Amino acid sequence: MASVTVPATGGRGLLRRPTAVTGFWSWLTTVDHKKIGIMYGVAAFVFFIIGGLEALLIRAQLAQPDGTLVNADQYNQIFTMHGITMIFLFVMPMSSALFNYLIPLMIGARDVAFPRINAYSFWAFLFGGLFLYSSFFLGGAPNGGWFGYAPNSTTDPSIGMTFYALGLLITGIASTAGAVNLAVTVINMRAPGMTLFRMPVFVWMGLVVQFLLVFSLPIITVALFQLLFDRRWDTAFFDPTRGGDPILWQHLFWLFGHPEVYILILPAFGVFSEVLPVFSRKPLFGYQFVVFSGIAIGFIGFGVWAHHMFAAGLGPVANTAFGISTAIIAIPTGVKIFNWMGTMYGGDIRFTSAMLFSVGGVAMFVIGGLSGVTHAIVPSDYQQTDTYYIVAHFHYVLFGGAIFGIFSAFYYWWPKAFGRRLGEAMGKVQFWILIVGFNLAFGPMHILGLQGMIRREYTYPESLGLTLWNQVSTVGAFLIAFAVVMFMVNVARTHLKPRGEAVEDPWDARTLEWMTTSPPPVHNFDEIPTVHALDEYWHRKYVEDERTGTLVPAQAGASDDHDAAHADGHGSIHLPSPSFWPLVASIGLPIMGYGVLYSWWLVGLGALVALVGFYGWALEPSVAEG
Amino acid sequence: MADLAITPGHGAVEAHDEHATTTGLPNTKIAMWLFLASECLLFGALITTYVLYRGASGTGPYPADVFDIPYTSVSSFVLLASSLTMVLALASAQKRDVARMRLWLLATAMLGLTFVGGQVYEFTTFYDEGLAISTNLFGTTFYVLTGFHGVHVTVGILMLLSLVGFSTADRLPDDAAFPVEMVGLYWHFVDIVWIIIFTVVYLIPTPAPAPV
Repeated sequence: MASVTVPATGGRGLLRRPTAVTGFWSWLTTVDHKKIGIMYGVAAFVFFIIGGLEALLIRAQLAQPDGTLVNADQYNQIFTMHGITMIFLFVMPMSSALFNYLIPLMIGARDVAFPRINAYSFWAFLFGGLFLYSSFFLGGAPNGGWFGYAPNSTTDPSIGMTFYALGLLITGIASTAGAVNLAVTVINMRAPGMTLFRMPVFVWMGLVVQFLLVFSLPIITVALFQLLFDRRWDTAFFDPTRGGDPILWQHLFWLFGHPEVYILILPAFGVFSEVLPVFSRKPLFGYQFVVFSGIAIGFIGFGVWAHHMFAAGLGPVANTAFGISTAIIAIPTGVKIFNWMGTMYGGDIRFTSAMLFSVGGVAMFVIGGLSGVTHAIVPSDYQQTDTYYIVAHFHYVLFGGAIFGIFSAFYYWWPKAFGRRLGEAMGKVQFWILIVGFNLAFGPMHILGLQGMIRREYTYPESLGLTLWNQVSTVGAFLIAFAVVMFMVNVARTHLKPRGEAVEDPWDARTLEWMTTSPPPVHNFDEIPTVHALDEYWHRKYVEDERTGTLVPAQAGASDDHDAAHADGHGSIHLPSPSFWPLVASIGLPIMGYGVLYSWWLVGLGALVALVGFYGWALEPSVAEG
Repeated sequence: MADLAITPGHGAVEAHDEHATTTGLPNTKIAMWLFLASECLLFGALITTYVLYRGASGTGPYPADVFDIPYTSVSSFVLLASSLTMVLALASAQKRDVARMRLWLLATAMLGLTFVGGQVYEFTTFYDEGLAISTNLFGTTFYVLTGFHGVHVTVGILMLLSLVGFSTADRLPDDAAFPVEMVGLYWHFVDIVWIIIFTVVYLIPTPAPAPV
């Protein structure tokens, strides 16, 4: 078996590379995509808990008419931070966690293309999130909604929206660096024989997401800078009294914000496309349709942004055009739904926890998708806009789609990452509590919205007749919280118990990541596999009996002959050494952020720290020196 | 299973790796192209904002009041000339003529510095003539757009000087053509963007301000 040789420490003082592979410092300096993936996951989950607590506060406040738990200003801060947290600090980084951990394994690579940039992305995201949350202690959190509409966001006198602009700029740097890194990884680091159309759908969706990020983040970067300049240096971008136009903010924001919706949901589509075939014991129905519809969604996603602005007064021509393009994007999404149904049709279905979450996720997403189509119809959108109907819609797609997908991914890939299966019985109970709680929490919001309850309203009088459904919704929210606590208990129980059965391939899976050990060694594969087909691993395990058309297990080792020729050849595997410079370089970002808020010398200090980090990065030897 | 020794060190990671990649191109090159594609959208949004707000200022100074086209033309020419010296630096690097490579890199950096210096002078002059970033929409959009470009040029200068410094300190690979090519891609991109900005901002006349 493989042996890992780690040279003794020494070398050029400050610039020598650290070598610790275990312990505290190994986590701060790691450049291993698997460790970074786990760190992304842990940090994102902590933000999920915080965002969830904010949601509970919202629901507690609305549980009775004339609620007095929080006042209007606090309520603004809570719902704004709930939105920012769930979108930018939970679902996006949790997708990064899954992509980071899985993509190199699924394409048969040793690591991502730029391991140190990967570490930098993680730290920048974490510091961006901490920076945003520090606003609670420094004069008030953002309070203008996650969409930060001007001129409300430019004229609000509190410091919150400045934090919003700066915090999102920092996390945007993290996302851009991460997106370029993962895109290059998929394009350029595939195992021999892994053509684009032999890639798992999860990798495909990952690639589409990275391109969406690369092309949409610079637009919100510009918008955030303009917002920052308006707030901090009295520029006139969104000031109507000086010729500026608040609608420009909406255009720029949604030109990013709509592709962002697909950045959030496509990873879940990838998860569904991996989990459903495995537990239906059938190949994915219409693989190419799933891939191309994902690409189509990526393209059309850039052409529908103004459907967020039907009520802004763009005029009937623009509204019609964007209404039609929005209806069109439902087509490739619908194609995917039918492919997943076709995958399950006639399959030998095993309802594991992972499968339940995927099936539930698809079902909930369909409900959200249908209410989404009702928004594409401009007149009905006029009625629904800015009501709880919208809140119901995007929670059905984002919670019902993305978060169910994330839980499905947890149950499916947990054995891969940690070598232990999460408790199945508890997982199933968690699923049923979650899906009941979810529908109780967000289903009634459709009714509330049609009754005219306005979103972002912090309280309501009893005479409006909104009390009952609000109370049902609050009960549902606490059930969701209970299900999430159950998940954490499940994780704790799993890791406190002694290790159970072997989990190299617990699901009889189809894709490459299950070919290596669980958890994988630091070098991922002892020998990089050569890929001959889609679902390579499945084809190595089973061959079709030509007479009966049934699958029979392949002869052990029969298909491994090809690999020997492709063994690494060098006799040794080169892996990047750990490095602390990504951490140093990323610490400069929040320092610069505080500098913009408080003092120029802090900006200088932050820039200096970042520069020192980057030069240390550029100059450190590529090998830990002996 | 083969006996493997896993050494932490360079691998399919750093730019000069000799491991085969799927496309045959180095990772860094694809990453640079993706980054520049992203930058296109960044400048696209900035330029769009400028164009949308052309002639929207209710109060002066207006572009015609402050612009000195001959002056900016000269500094634009200086910046464009730096693309030529950049190409010469890459050619020298490919011939492994390290001395010339450093010389051309320095020349490129100096031309870039001249351009940025010209921009600083221009900004100061405009400011003295009454155009601050908060004066009107023209000031807002002009300073932010050209300022973003100036920051990009400055970052490029930093990269050029770093190349020279690393080369002097013997920290570049023997064949320095690759890092020089990468910095060159960035540098040419920034130059091309300036052609668009110069045309849109300076050369196309702004419509007369609407009477208030």
